[in-house]
Amino acid sequence: MAVDTAPAVTAPAPSHQSSNPTPRWRSREALTAWLFILPSLIGFLIFTAGPVVAAGVISLLNWNLFSSPTWAGLHNFARLGPDPTFWSALGNTAYFTLVSVPLTIAVSLALALLLNHGVRRIAIFRSLLLLPYATITVAVAFVWIWLYIPHDGLVNAVLGWFGINGPTWLISDNWAMPALIQMSVWKSFGFGMVVFLAGLQAIPQQLYEAGRVDGTSPWNSFRHITLPMLSPALFFVIVTSVIGSFQVFDQALIMTNGGPGTRTTTLVMYIYRTGFENYDQGYAAAQSLVLFAFIVVITAGQFLFQRRLVHYDN
Amino acid sequence: MTTETTDIRRKLILFGCFLVTAFTLVPVVMMVLVAFQSDAESMAAKPSFWPSSWHPENLTRAFDLVPLGKYLLNTVYFAGGTTIIETVTAALAAYAFARLNFPGRSWLFGIYLATLMIPSQVTLIPQFVLVAKLHGIDTWPGMILPHAFTAIGVFLLRQFFLGIPRDYEEAARLDGANRWQAFVRVIIPLAVPAIATLAVFKFIGQWNNLLWPLVISNSDATRTASVGLQVFQDTNGTQWNLLLMAATVTTIPLIVLFFLTQRWFVRGITMSGLGGR
Repeated sequence: MAVDTAPAVTAPAPSHQSSNPTPRWRSREALTAWLFILPSLIGFLIFTAGPVVAAGVISLLNWNLFSSPTWAGLHNFARLGPDPTFWSALGNTAYFTLVSVPLTIAVSLALALLLNHGVRRIAIFRSLLLLPYATITVAVAFVWIWLYIPHDGLVNAVLGWFGINGPTWLISDNWAMPALIQMSVWKSFGFGMVVFLAGLQAIPQQLYEAGRVDGTSPWNSFRHITLPMLSPALFFVIVTSVIGSFQVFDQALIMTNGGPGTRTTTLVMYIYRTGFENYDQGYAAAQSLVLFAFIVVITAGQFLFQRRLVHYDN
Repeated sequence: MTTETTDIRRKLILFGCFLVTAFTLVPVVMMVLVAFQSDAESMAAKPSFWPSSWHPENLTRAFDLVPLGKYLLNTVYFAGGTTIIETVTAALAAYAFARLNFPGRSWLFGIYLATLMIPSQVTLIPQFVLVAKLHGIDTWPGMILPHAFTAIGVFLLRQFFLGIPRDYEEAARLDGANRWQAFVRVIIPLAVPAIATLAVFKFIGQWNNLLWPLVISNSDATRTASVGLQVFQDTNGTQWNLLLMAATVTTIPLIVLFFLTQRWFVRGITMSGLGGR
C-alpha cells in the first residue's frame, strides 16, 4: 500500500542526518502521523483557521451577502468612531464586566469557603449549588424575566417585605443592567466555586496549624495563608470570567433584547444585529475583530499584573 | 467536650449551606411551580408563587403549541454530532501531535494553539458566509461541521496523552502492535477520563449554544431547544405557565446529564477551565 512506497523517497539521503539511523521508519511514521491528523486538520482549516483569516478579509469589504462585495479598505473600522451604538455597546459590556466579575468571584469564593468545611453530607450542597451553572441560559433567562416582573414580581415582593419599593428592573433605564448582572452572577458562580474549592483543598493544613500555634486570627490566616495560596486559582478564574463577560449575549438577547434603548446592548449583540439583522457583514466582521483586540489587550494586561500579585508555590 | 462543640459547629455549617442552597435554587423551583399553574393564575397582574391548583396537562399543551419534542431531538443531533466528530478527530490528531514525529509538527500545532484564544464571534460571520455559499443553511452539516473542529479538544487530549508513560505503548509495540493498534488498545483505554471530560463539556456547551443555531437554523427541521424557546416567547407572548413548562422540559435533560456526569464535569472545570463563562 501507500505506506510501503513512502520509505523509498527519503531512503537515498541518510548521509546528512547521522544522528537519525532510521529514516525509513521516520518517513513511515510521518505518513502515519498525517493519517491521524488529516480528519481533524481538514475540518480545522476549513471551519476554524480559514474563517479566522476570512474575518480579516471580510472586515475590509462592503458586503451584504446578497450583492457582490466591494473593497472598503479600513472604512469599516473608521465607521466605529462616530457610531454611538458601538460606544454604547462597548460601555455596556465594560459595565457588565466590571461589576459582574468581582461579584461572581466574591460569591464563588464565599461559597467555596463555606463548602470547604470537611463535614459529612456537605457534598450534596456542592452538587445543588452547581445546578444554576448546569442549566440552559435561555430557559433560566425566562424565569428571571418572571422574577423581575415590575411591582408584584417575586424579587420586588421580597424587597417589599423590607419596605423597599423595588425598581421596574428590566424596563428601567438604570436597573436593566444590574438585573442582567444579578442573573449572570447566579448563572455562573458555580464555575469559580468549583475551581476555588479544588484550590482550597490543595492548601496544606500544616500552614493553618502553624498559624494557630502562633495565635493568628481567622482573618489574618485568611489574608496571609488562604489568599496567597489561592491566588493562582483566583487569577485563572478572573481571566476566564473577564473573557466570558466580554462575550455576554444569550441572557441580554432574551431578557431585554438590548433595551431599554441601547442600555443593555452588548458588543456581541451589536455584532449579531449588524451581521444578521442589517446584513452588514463587513462592518460586523470589523466589530468582531475589535472585540478580539479588546480581549487580547485585557488578558495581556492581566498577565502583566499577575507577576506582582500571584503567588506560585515553587 | 470537643465532640459536642464540633457537632454543633457541623450543624451550623450544614444549616448555612442549606439556607444558601435554598436561596440559590429559588429560580429553578419557581420555573417548575409556575409551569403547573393555571392560565389565569400565571398571567394575573399580580403573580402568584405557589400554584393554587396543579395543571399537569400544561405539559402536553406546551408540546402542542410548539414541536418541543422535535426541538429536543434536534438539540441531541446538534450537540451529539458536534461532540462525536470533535472527540474522535481530536483524539486522533492529539495522538499524532503527542507521539509521532513528522516534519512541520510544531508549526502545525502552533496554528491550532493560535486559534485557542480567538472568540467564536470572530469566526461567526465567515462561517455563516461559508455555510451560506455551500447551501448549508438549515441543514445538519451546516449546523454541525463548523462547530466540530475547535482547537481545544486537540490541545486538551494532547496534554493528557503526553502524561501517559511511553513504556506502556512500547510494550505493545514490542508485541507486534502497529501505531493504530497501540492507539486503540493502550492509549484510548487510559484516556477515557480525559475523553469523557471533553465530550461532556462539548455536549453541554452545544446544548446551550444559542447564537449559531439562531443564525443557521430557520425552520423546525433543525431548530434546537434554545432557539425554539425564543420562538415560543415571540409567538405566544407571556403565557408564563406554558413558557416555563417548555423551559423546564428543555432544562431537565441537561440537569440529569449533569448529575450523571458530575465527576467529569467538576474535573473538566478544575483541570482546564473548560466552560469559563
